[in-house]
Amino acid sequence: MIKHEQIEKSVTLLIVLTLLVVVWGGLLEIVPLFFQKSTTTPVEGVKPYDAVRLAGRDVYIREGCYNCHSQMIRPFRAETERYGHYSVAGEFVYDHPFQWGSKRTGPDLHRVGGRYSDEWQRAHLINPRDLVPESNMPAFPWLATTKAKDTVGADIEKKMEVMRTYANMRGIPTYSDEEIKGSRAAIGDKTEMDVLIAYLQGLGTALKNTK
Amino acid sequence: MSDFVSDFWNLYVIVIVVGSILACVVLLIVQGKATFTPGKTMGHVWDGDLEEYNNPMPKWWTWMFVITVVFAFVYLALYPGLGNFKGMLGWTSVGQHKAEVEKADAAAKPLFDKYLAMDLKAVAGDKQAMEMGKRLYLTYCMQCHGADARGAKGFPNLADNDWQWGGEPEQVVATIAAGRMGVMPPHPQLGAETIKDLANFVRSLSGLPGDSVRAAKGKEAFVAAGCLGCHGPEGKGNIAMGAPNLTDKVWLYGSSEATIIETITNGRQNKMPAWKEFLGDGKVHVLSAYVLSLSQGAK
Repeated sequence: MIKHEQIEKSVTLLIVLTLLVVVWGGLLEIVPLFFQKSTTTPVEGVKPYDAVRLAGRDVYIREGCYNCHSQMIRPFRAETERYGHYSVAGEFVYDHPFQWGSKRTGPDLHRVGGRYSDEWQRAHLINPRDLVPESNMPAFPWLATTKAKDTVGADIEKKMEVMRTYANMRGIPTYSDEEIKGSRAAIGDKTEMDVLIAYLQGLGTALKNTK
Repeated sequence: MSDFVSDFWNLYVIVIVVGSILACVVLLIVQGKATFTPGKTMGHVWDGDLEEYNNPMPKWWTWMFVITVVFAFVYLALYPGLGNFKGMLGWTSVGQHKAEVEKADAAAKPLFDKYLAMDLKAVAGDKQAMEMGKRLYLTYCMQCHGADARGAKGFPNLADNDWQWGGEPEQVVATIAAGRMGVMPPHPQLGAETIKDLANFVRSLSGLPGDSVRAAKGKEAFVAAGCLGCHGPEGKGNIAMGAPNLTDKVWLYGSSEATIIETITNGRQNKMPAWKEFLGDGKVHVLSAYVLSLSQGAK
């Protein structure tokens, strides 16, 4: 039996045992989640992001939207009244990495799909204060003048293949070869603004309007 | 919620959880045996005179440790945590949410039922209903129509008395409940000159200054290009399809010649989302009354 005295006097032993305690927590809190149906299979209506939305998602990540916007509606009445149905694990099976976020400077965006018109999103991204004078959200006007195919869409086939690998590991529906081949054409001449709006308009629509 | 792919994971969780708690108890017993020996130190000295005694852990600390172990077992018996075991209380976060919503809905129902039975104009005169309406408006509507309800470019002002889709109570309810889709088709095929003529004509309809020769040509083009199909022969619009009245002073996208040219050339498209499913009849009713109340007294 190791004595406390020995642990305190050996840095190596202390490090090894500390790591073991951390790993132990992960074994219990993380590992079983990989083997739960509710966390690994998509809920009805959730499909892999198509090429345009996947590119839009990368704009979302690049611009750091997650710093101020969460995508996680908790099961509290105050949240479901405002945003809609609480988020469930099966809605995020195609999110690598997930965009749950951890802080709300702006509102939650998980059910923003269809909440506003495309025109609203466009005007709001160019300058939020044109629509909401009280807003402190930054403006993103350059998104309207940058072609997605030059940036987030430049390696879209590769991205979709990686996503397909993840999906195949869990045996859930994923992209066909045709979809990957057609991804560049699908993005076409769309701007970063267009693909971002496509992404936003698809968010959380699987459980929309149900409470 | 635990719906593991196999029963192994159920056992895995139970074994680790129970094992870890028991291991804590064992640790406490094995390592808690030190006894107090006056004068005995750990045998090292820092800074010349700093020494460390080898004392047993305080009694209060040991008992706190025991209490946490007991708490862990009580908690695991009451709440879900041990694999597939649902806990004696049957608690779930979804169940708690449902109870919370049902309680609030039950409390609010008589109120909404009362307002649903009243006609909108009466609801608009009810002080409490209007306070509720304002809350609803600030939660769901202000993002497009503004906190002061005066709208923004492309998003109608609700505080005036101009209605793109009609201002009768049932029309306002229909707009909020089912949403609206406003489409002005693009007309680039008319050519830049004709579009400029049209813009001048449209401005002249509401008495704005412009080129009178162009306006006269625009008047012919207004008929020839079929603008009257939606906006009417006199340009007074059509609330059935949300075609704006061009003869008044209300401009959704702006009244400058350049803006009108942009509108005619590229068209306009915007959407009011449908709220019936999300909000339900009661809230739509109160909200409609609130929107109507906003324009009371407005010209």
